[in-house]
Amino acid sequence: MLKRFSLEPSRIALNLAVLFIITLWTLPTAGLLISSLRDKNDIAASGWWTALSSADRNQVGRMKGMADQVEKDGKFVISGNLFEGQDAVSGKVSAFGTKVQAPGANAAGSTVVLDGGLNLTVNADGNYELTSPTAFTNERGGRIFFISSQPPRFTTENYQSVLFSEGIGRSFVNSLTVTIPATIIPILIAAFAAYALAWMKLPFRGLIIAIIVGLLVVPLQMSLIPLLKLYNAAGTFMGVPSKTYLGIWLAHTGFGLPFAIYLLRSYIAGLPKDLIESAQIDGANDFKIFRRIVLPLCFPALASFAIFQFLWVWNDLLVAIVFLGSGPDQLVLTGKLNALLGSRGGNWEILTASAFITIIVPLTVFFSLQRYFVRGLLAGSVKGG
Amino acid sequence: MTAQILYALFTIIVGVGGAFGYFYGSNWLLDRIFSADSSNDARAVQNLKIQSIIRPWLFLGPALLLLTVYLIFPVVQTIWLSFHDKAGENFVGTANYAWAFSDTQFQQSIFNNLIWLLVVPAACTLFGLIIAVLTDRLWWGNLARSLIFLPLAISFVGASVIWKFVYDYRGEGQEQIGILNALITYFGGDPQVWISLPFWNNFFLMVILIWIQTGFATVILGAALRGIPEDTLEAATIDGASPFKIFYRIMVPQIMGTIIVVWTTITVLVLKVFDIVLTMTNGQWNTQVLANLMFDWMFRGGGDFGRGAAIAIIIMIAVLPIMVWNIRQANKEQAGH
Repeated sequence: MLKRFSLEPSRIALNLAVLFIITLWTLPTAGLLISSLRDKNDIAASGWWTALSSADRNQVGRMKGMADQVEKDGKFVISGNLFEGQDAVSGKVSAFGTKVQAPGANAAGSTVVLDGGLNLTVNADGNYELTSPTAFTNERGGRIFFISSQPPRFTTENYQSVLFSEGIGRSFVNSLTVTIPATIIPILIAAFAAYALAWMKLPFRGLIIAIIVGLLVVPLQMSLIPLLKLYNAAGTFMGVPSKTYLGIWLAHTGFGLPFAIYLLRSYIAGLPKDLIESAQIDGANDFKIFRRIVLPLCFPALASFAIFQFLWVWNDLLVAIVFLGSGPDQLVLTGKLNALLGSRGGNWEILTASAFITIIVPLTVFFSLQRYFVRGLLAGSVKGG
Repeated sequence: MTAQILYALFTIIVGVGGAFGYFYGSNWLLDRIFSADSSNDARAVQNLKIQSIIRPWLFLGPALLLLTVYLIFPVVQTIWLSFHDKAGENFVGTANYAWAFSDTQFQQSIFNNLIWLLVVPAACTLFGLIIAVLTDRLWWGNLARSLIFLPLAISFVGASVIWKFVYDYRGEGQEQIGILNALITYFGGDPQVWISLPFWNNFFLMVILIWIQTGFATVILGAALRGIPEDTLEAATIDGASPFKIFYRIMVPQIMGTIIVVWTTITVLVLKVFDIVLTMTNGQWNTQVLANLMFDWMFRGGGDFGRGAAIAIIIMIAVLPIMVWNIRQANKEQAGH
């Protein structure tokens, strides 16, 4: 154990190498998350990696007019703060000027002499003081152009706007509507089939298992056209729309079954033989054995499959755009995101926030149930996604 | 929306309840009709026998039905459709295949798919292996693996948005907000429009899949590495073998079987890659691949099912060797039981 913490050069190099790889791998996602929380003007103006440093902004402020002047030591003074009435009220003035072309002419804190013997001082906190030997006669004060450095700002505005006005909220509900039934329905069907293939005597068992293993890698593309035709025909025949949630639930169930049966069968076949046989000797039939013994024991395998199926259905785009419509009542998150990429290509505040909403659910599932996920991955690594 | 949620809840209840009802009901019926509690012993034995013949099919029934409707029947029909015209009405022989091989888009797709097949599985397996070996000896290795693994939970579309942002391009002189161009500019290079850069843009799309799938390779290979007996490694160290020698002389041969599984799994995935290409370029700038081309033909101009089916068959043919290999492996395991 001690060796693990030693400070040999090779250990340090190893740590640094892994740290480098991790950084490389997480950087893209970090960029997405950070950007989604930034102000939309900031996203377009600077890279997300600068989000924590302050940003320079060119601003303009107007001084007060003659009504606010006071007489002090024989001079007339107008004073105030440049940030008054600005949308960004905080910040620091780094430089100022009186011409729009040169907002950075004078450093903050300095005093400049203007035409007519006027003295103008602007401090870093935005306070200014304009003094004149004679009384001011302008109703409105002059303008000051200045560069302010803004502290980093984070906002949840992007999320509010995509959830409620871009339709992401609705798509989120649609995604849940597709995913939950499509995850739950196959479990029981697959578990019964897996038990039959693991422990019951039946003809063609080897052949059925071989077919299921073969179906594991059949590209989804093979099923799309015939099923589309079938759904269209069924829809016309029964006078209902061909793109329905029922259709996609069944499709996902069918597509998920080979993996479910494969995964569960290898788990159930690995249960101790004595357990099943002693129950059989006690006179229990297979239905009872399955219900009382096998089903409770294979909970971890069921959980593994459920996570897989959930992630696969939630993240699916192809099945959703083929079997569901593109109206707001059926468009799922992945489809919505794809549509936004086309229509809002440059609006990164919308894209980043939307993308983060679509990935937050799988990430939560993944992190809270990682153990089952890895187990399923190890058991079923034949399946090709 | 409320109606939709109720509809979904209703389906869950009907679906799960229906499945429960079917399994309970059919087994109950079986026990009733061929009762084993008969006073006639010979009759009871006879009935038990009948039960044991019928019951497996009750268990398998729904699964077999769904597999047939959603996978087996479509495979057969796709083969049939690939020899018919766009509406699937008239037999056209091999015209769809002849069209495919003379179509420039199709040739482009085959070429791109080949590059994907050469690069992505190899890169994922290699990176996965390296990361697995490196993190195996770190006290925070599990955390590191989790972070590498994380993209696996992200959808291809989500990943595409993430990477489109990485590749984002602004005109020269403007501040680059995509990190890749920002780095290039920082080191004095010229910013590039990465996803429309001829030929190389394919690699920028591949990076996305590699980023996603390396975690898969890491986990599977990491588990296999831990399965190598400690003694073997110790013996090699005592004999003075260098870490590199241990890696490719002992570790790699020991987990060769797992490496092949990882490789083939990612290969199958690559053949079906669709979402990334659709969302990043939709096949423009010479990035078309078979799966996206097939999708295109399914809906283009009202849909040409014959051509779409022919492309699907070609993807299927590419998968066949892996399928056969998997089935043989499974049969071997069966025989070993």
